[in-house]
Amino acid sequence: MSFSVTSPSVPVKWISGFLVAAYAVITLIPLIWIIATGFKSGEDSIHYPPKVLFEPTLEGYVNLFTTRTLIPSDAPEIDASQLEWYEQVVHEQGEMIAGPSRYGERFLNSTVIGFGSTALCMLLGTMAAYAFSRFKVPLKEDLLFFILSTRMMPPIAVAIPIFLMYKNLGLNDTYLGMIILYTAVNLSLSVWLLKGFIDEIPVEYEEAALIDGYTRLQAFIKVVLPQAITGIASTAIFCLIFAWNEYAFAVLLTSGNAQTAPPFIPTIIGVSGRDWPAVAAGATLFLVPVMLFTVLLRKHLLRGITFGAVRK
Amino acid sequence: MAEVRLNNLSKSFGSIDAVSNLNLTVPDGSFVVFLGPTGAGKTTLLRLIAGLETPDNGQVFIGDKDVTRLTPSERNVAMVFQQYSLYPHLTVQQNLEFPLRSPLNRMEEHSIKQIVEEVSKKLHIDHKINNKTTELSGGEMQRVAIGRALVRNPNVFLMDEPLSSLDAKLRSELRVELKRIQEEMNRTFLYVTHDQIEAMTMATHIGVLENGSIVQFGVPREVYDNPDSIYVAARLGQPRINVLPASLFDESPASAQFIGMRPEQIAQGSGVDTRVKRIERLGDQTRLHLSLEGHDLVTTTEPHTEMLVGDIVKIQPKNPFFFDASGARLRTK
Repeated sequence: MSFSVTSPSVPVKWISGFLVAAYAVITLIPLIWIIATGFKSGEDSIHYPPKVLFEPTLEGYVNLFTTRTLIPSDAPEIDASQLEWYEQVVHEQGEMIAGPSRYGERFLNSTVIGFGSTALCMLLGTMAAYAFSRFKVPLKEDLLFFILSTRMMPPIAVAIPIFLMYKNLGLNDTYLGMIILYTAVNLSLSVWLLKGFIDEIPVEYEEAALIDGYTRLQAFIKVVLPQAITGIASTAIFCLIFAWNEYAFAVLLTSGNAQTAPPFIPTIIGVSGRDWPAVAAGATLFLVPVMLFTVLLRKHLLRGITFGAVRK
Repeated sequence: MAEVRLNNLSKSFGSIDAVSNLNLTVPDGSFVVFLGPTGAGKTTLLRLIAGLETPDNGQVFIGDKDVTRLTPSERNVAMVFQQYSLYPHLTVQQNLEFPLRSPLNRMEEHSIKQIVEEVSKKLHIDHKINNKTTELSGGEMQRVAIGRALVRNPNVFLMDEPLSSLDAKLRSELRVELKRIQEEMNRTFLYVTHDQIEAMTMATHIGVLENGSIVQFGVPREVYDNPDSIYVAARLGQPRINVLPASLFDESPASAQFIGMRPEQIAQGSGVDTRVKRIERLGDQTRLHLSLEGHDLVTTTEPHTEMLVGDIVKIQPKNPFFFDASGARLRTK
């Protein structure tokens, strides 16, 4: 058998293919299980042994967006064919819709706080990274280390001081408070990542723009930003994923007003105990925005991951 | 249209003096070529005039105005960078329009179009006008970089080896074109190059830089025919000037340490014996590498010479330059 340095031998290919497939299965099973549970009936979702094949229903999704009560036994008979499709789904469970649930509201909160903090983080991070990359900043190395050091402990370690501080400042359970908090946590990562990207952009482009009659700010906006878009996109994805999925601070600092989806989803209960299909449906829908965001920016993300690593 | 005056200009980077106590007046409408080896301070000098560097000392005047503390855009200069520095996210068209759309210029849309079209035709890049700059060859990039300067109407043009990566045909074409543009626009050009043909044909003045100072400034012919030092003499001339110990030739004055002879200052046929070490036939001329008592020298001879390696050639200096031990020119007359 011939030996090649560049292409692996056939058995090696089989083994590595198997390992990759096995890894993919292990990581995908929980995800597939969540998505599948969202389409199960309440009974199927807690069936033992677990059901892999089942009759799909939209019960979970309808329950997710509604609050319901049991139909009283003395209630007059209703013609089910007169009802809307979602009312029928509820009716079949022996329940009737009492009103909308708060999931939509919580989802909106997550969107505002997640994307708001990501946008703010990008704005501040890009400007700070640009300054660190281009200007003579006194104590530059120390400042950069300090910025990084804010991430050396888990953010939740300062939960109690932040809780007390927020209480006194009136930032508890507000959009502004959560946006500031997530921005503060994400900013160190952003500054470091973005500085790397901006360092890679040759300073000559800005010099050319300065000579072409632009001020430094205009040169930054017209010449640096378009070239840093790759780095900004990939950094934004990291920031959004953190802010979107954050649970601990959200539990601690939000309740009625600015509560995000992660602390809300586990509290979804049905008429009779925990409503697992609705929880799974809530989790599934919750994945969609980050996935969409990542897919939309994936061209930049892929370039971004390799871009910062290679020195020309 | 502006005279450029540099007054005691100094700039150092750490312990390196890139430009030191430089005084120079560039007359309005002149085409000045700066010559000097890498590290002589040519690029720093252009950057100081452009405003991309702040001098440690001294002033820069453009016209009658002290621009030392002004930003690059306030100085209204155009610059062609050695590394092109084309905006990679823009097309050729957008690159050429970029200076015209600056808040400094604020031009009418139709005149932007007209100027860009004119310049792109002049530089033979009109067929690539919609390309991204990353899809261009090196020569095309350089032409776009030149074009981005030419669309403007600045006080001074600064060019840092703008023709260095073009092929020979384009280079000679653009050399003529740039010179024509300069004469037509009657603008001041400051130009850095290593190419002696560019220096001799385009320049109205040549400034020779050594360690951040101008060591000689004058019209090309004067700098070539009457160099102040070995250093200046070595900057111009192909093949280079031959510098030999003065004692090899009887006619050297007593105070001379070195004798400098360009190929045309070497008369063949009589004088001291040299041995032919190598013959290079370039077509229009033939170069002879000669050996004289262990010293090498290069001269030219007629293209179809029948000389062979090992032949003996008698040579004799013809109006040579003499230099003292420090390399400074000894003027006999």
